[in-house]
Amino acid sequence: MLALMSTPSTVVVQGLEKSFKDVTVLRGVDIEVARGSIVALLGSNGAGKTTVIRILSTLLKADAGTATVNGFDVVSQAADVRESISLTGQFAAVDEILTGRENLVMVARLRHLKNAGTIADELLRRFSLIEAGGRRVATYSGGMRRRLDIAMSLIGNPPVIFLDEPTTGLDPEARLEVWQAVKELAAGGTTVLLTTQHLEEAEHLADRIAILHEGRIIVNGTLAELKQLLPPAKVEYVEKQPTLEDVFLKLVGGKK
Amino acid sequence: MIGDTRVLLGRSLRHIARSPDTIITTAIMPIALLLLFVFVFGGAIETGSAEYVDYLLPGILIITIASGISYTAYRLFLDLQGGIFERFQSMPIARSAVLWAHVLTSLVANLISLVVVVLVALLMGFRTSADVLGWLAVLGILVIFTLALTWIAVIPGLTAKSVDGASAFAYPLVFLPFVSSAFVPTETMPAPVRAFAENQPVTSIVDTLRNLFAGQPVGTGIWTALAWCVGILVVAWVFATMVYKRKIS
Repeated sequence: MLALMSTPSTVVVQGLEKSFKDVTVLRGVDIEVARGSIVALLGSNGAGKTTVIRILSTLLKADAGTATVNGFDVVSQAADVRESISLTGQFAAVDEILTGRENLVMVARLRHLKNAGTIADELLRRFSLIEAGGRRVATYSGGMRRRLDIAMSLIGNPPVIFLDEPTTGLDPEARLEVWQAVKELAAGGTTVLLTTQHLEEAEHLADRIAILHEGRIIVNGTLAELKQLLPPAKVEYVEKQPTLEDVFLKLVGGKK
Repeated sequence: MIGDTRVLLGRSLRHIARSPDTIITTAIMPIALLLLFVFVFGGAIETGSAEYVDYLLPGILIITIASGISYTAYRLFLDLQGGIFERFQSMPIARSAVLWAHVLTSLVANLISLVVVVLVALLMGFRTSADVLGWLAVLGILVIFTLALTWIAVIPGLTAKSVDGASAFAYPLVFLPFVSSAFVPTETMPAPVRAFAENQPVTSIVDTLRNLFAGQPVGTGIWTALAWCVGILVVAWVFATMVYKRKIS
């Protein structure tokens, strides 16, 4: 651990380039994620966010540039990187035919942990899935599936977690649940790199925000720093209407 | 790697246990063919052996395997679609374990289907004079043949763009036995067809199984059959591994 402490950033990406046939997706991406922080990679559809995540998770090889995760090179030390990370992809990567608990036990076993059953039960409790744990995942709602997905990612306490659009397709309540889970993770010292196209999500969760546009990181900073890039705020008097989300959550009794 | 394969095998076997329809549908078509050919066409087919069901069963077993392996392509395709494949790839597990789990699952599922088909054949009057050694030889050939076809199935499973594409490759494999000695002796076929039928893998495998069931000497035929099975197995495994490597790098 001492050796790791000397590295200031858990994820270091330099000059990452990637093309698919004649489409250039990444044109030199640089980004760093400090240990225990949450960084949001913001960009529109097709900006290359998922490509960055896939390269960092050793699923894809970059054409140029380097990337290290937890001090390990993603190409030459791919196995060590895989020991250090967990990926929650864009589509909930859960086994529909197995029950929630079986999914967790399977991942715990694949990570060669003892007491897979205990770990599974503990995570079911933590993600409010105890009652659903014995049911097949095919019967789960989108939010439950996502929570299970994230729970599966936490098994073995990997120091780095990649979340690719963790709340896409979720209803507002489920989104808040996921946000809560992510915040707890970071509070526990896990480094989180997440992608999103919801500006609000980035604002809500991230310590730093990096905007990926046309294959490059065009801005990278805290929310306050990003806001300073614009001319000083104009003072306008506006009646503060509740947003539709406020109304919705109020009506369905959700928490915010 | 063995530990990882075992965990993933447990997962796929649960899939089968929870959707036994995959085993039943695998067995239904061969059983229907068995009924059709034994009770409808069989009376008019001159095979030289006493009971047509005895003549037919080996070919039906080959068809059972050929239709059963398409589920391997299907399951593999679903894993790739659903994202769980990427989860496994991003985890610290042996990379070949993911494929081996599917291949071994195919073996288990096909063996169950084969047992079902053989039981139906026994009810229909199939009798064998094979001894334990003969049965072991039959089992060995069927296992190697299943593995060979399963590794072929891995290729479309990894590369298909749609569910239909993933399983469509099996059709030619299912029909190959029709142009062989599986249903009728090859002697009555026109020369070019006969040449094809007698030199394609199914004929040597079917003839060998038939001799084993009948307790007859298998001659050199068993070596031809084994050479085909092992040859297909090795070539399919090499190609499937290449496709897989390209897929995950």
